[in-house]
Amino acid sequence: MLSLLLRKLKIGRLTEKVRNSHLSQGSSDLPASFRQSLHIRHLACGSCNACDWEMAALSNSLYDHQHFGIDFVASPRHADLLMCTGPGSTHLLKAASETYEALPNPKWVMAVGDCAIDGGVFKGAYACEEGISRILPVDYKVPGCPPTPDDLMKALLEMMGKEVS
Amino acid sequence: MLALREYLQSYHSYPGIKIIEWKKREGMVDVPARDLPEILTYCLDMRPRPIWLTHVVNDERQLGNGFCVYLVLHFPGKDFSLTLVAKGIKDKFPTLSLIFPALNWSEREAQDLFGLQAVGHPDPRPLVLHPGWSQDFHPLCKDYKAGQDRKAFKRQPLVFPEMHGDGIFQVSVGPIHAGIIEPGHFRFYAIGEPVLHLEAQLFYTHKGVEKLLEGKSIEEGLQIIERLCGVCTVSHSLAYCEAVEKLASVEVPRQVLLWRTILAELERVYNHVGDIGNMCAGVGFALGNANGAQGKEKLQRLNSDYFGHRFLRGMVVPGGLKSIPGAKDRKDLLNRLLVLSDDFEDWIPLLQEHDGFRQRAVTAGILKTDVALDMGVTGPAARASGLANDWRELHAYLLYAELNVKSIVRQDGDAWSRLMVRVKETRESFRFLNTLLREAMQGPELDDEKLTALAGKKIRLLTPAWGCVESPKGTEVIWLMLDDEGKIYRCRIRSASYANWPAVPLTMPGNIVPDFPLINKSFELCYSCCDR
Ligand code: SF4
Repeated sequence: MLSLLLRKLKIGRLTEKVRNSHLSQGSSDLPASFRQSLHIRHLACGSCNACDWEMAALSNSLYDHQHFGIDFVASPRHADLLMCTGPGSTHLLKAASETYEALPNPKWVMAVGDCAIDGGVFKGAYACEEGISRILPVDYKVPGCPPTPDDLMKALLEMMGKEVS
Repeated sequence: MLALREYLQSYHSYPGIKIIEWKKREGMVDVPARDLPEILTYCLDMRPRPIWLTHVVNDERQLGNGFCVYLVLHFPGKDFSLTLVAKGIKDKFPTLSLIFPALNWSEREAQDLFGLQAVGHPDPRPLVLHPGWSQDFHPLCKDYKAGQDRKAFKRQPLVFPEMHGDGIFQVSVGPIHAGIIEPGHFRFYAIGEPVLHLEAQLFYTHKGVEKLLEGKSIEEGLQIIERLCGVCTVSHSLAYCEAVEKLASVEVPRQVLLWRTILAELERVYNHVGDIGNMCAGVGFALGNANGAQGKEKLQRLNSDYFGHRFLRGMVVPGGLKSIPGAKDRKDLLNRLLVLSDDFEDWIPLLQEHDGFRQRAVTAGILKTDVALDMGVTGPAARASGLANDWRELHAYLLYAELNVKSIVRQDGDAWSRLMVRVKETRESFRFLNTLLREAMQGPELDDEKLTALAGKKIRLLTPAWGCVESPKGTEVIWLMLDDEGKIYRCRIRSASYANWPAVPLTMPGNIVPDFPLINKSFELCYSCCDR
């Protein structure tokens, strides 16, 4: 226990300085209640897993998405936003649309990474689509291969209308 | 290896067997398909027992060879790898899975993707292609041109074994999971708490990458190879480049080898640190998880600061490297690594001394040594089950021979052992990085042209070559053959995850369902490079 406390003291605060004001000042298409807190469901749809890991990185102590009111939830029924990675592999299409159906309204879809946007390097493979927009209505796109956690955070905060400096 | 060679030469003393090549480290032998089982049995009886590197089926009908099976075995201790080639297969070949279960999946895959039949296969269910594709869809045959077949895919129910009896029930999980992870379907057959049997249905992220690679140039291929799997980017591209460099007979300069070794070790460190944290997440041990995630993030930032990419993409190119950091950066890199290594030593005791965590991990998900051997398991999972098969020790490549790498082995085969193997390997990798970077600091600045030796080299066509690299998950093997225009004719990807996945369900019986996240994470396998 003592070693734990000492370590805590040594490290200090890890979470990086909030680089945005917490007030909703930017413009956002979201209804007001979603600008305070956003619940996200991840949908891996044939990604190479780098995009997924970058999303997972959002929850480490350096980014700590939770202090922005953002959370990843276990069930699509609790989610407002579906963050999709990967070009849309054929074997998953049914599960993907069922997941989308399970989200309550209003709901939004974000395509994360180049291959979710247009197939990326996997364009032309026999068992995947050229981007998730072929099967789900995409509202937001975050390009990059993979987009960095900073890019993702920025996209989410912008979506929520929180100002990003 | 003389005994093996003599055996092959005298085998039935008939002309079916032809030694095509026999060099110090590699050999290739033509054998008739019907004799494969007997020859493989002989090989597997040798001590130390050989390990498999890859198993490739190739459609060479256009070359007049029919379908071909290539099986690459490695004989530990002698650093010798043998490729057995069976040519002229029409529509069936005898199964080898009964002799060597490690080949089970690969043969099922050949049935799906080539429409061949593995005669006598113990479990001929489809594997890579889920039920719902049209019957004559065999995409890896050369006469198949990628078209719109996926539009016709109508999902059919998956086939699972039945299990009956009082109180037996099934728990099905996935393909979409609760966390931020890749998709796979797991079906537990449980009686009360303990699991009787687990079926893992993977290949949800199958995209058809091996077919996509065909007809691509070497450079285009690299873009895809780097994206087989996010976290093993360096290992995959190194394996791919090794194959290309063998075909071009290129000697890579020492400075390049040095930096490639550094990259490979950086990849191992950030993965291992993250994986250790993820194991803690598997039992809801937030403290360990937070420290692991923190360490991983800092290491990835370091990757990005000195090599321009958090997953180290774009660094390794055929024949060399894209660039290497300048003198000042090398020093900074080393200093930052030393700080991170101290930090690692700081928080690891928190896990080791945590009774609750220890109790969950000790004896969870035991993988027995003989099972690991039969299933061809690789990487930390194999070493935690008593197999000293670190490719960095077995085979002299990059600068590992100089570093004198020794496999870190434990005997218990449980989740705790897999964790401890990773902890020790991370420590070793930090030590290697220290040595390597100290050498690098003395090294010259190199301009970018010097870094690629491939330009203008003649490359051998229609000849197979493979590359193998020890990634954080185990051996990644890429087998490559170029067509007569220097484009990719066939590229087979046998990732560590592909080798290890079949063993994961075997460790479940007797454990309880809630232990699965821990056991699964102690193997820490990817879906993407397994499913391709
Ligand atoms: S966009 Fe790039 S990093 Fe993301 S899943 Fe696709 S290939 Fe991987």
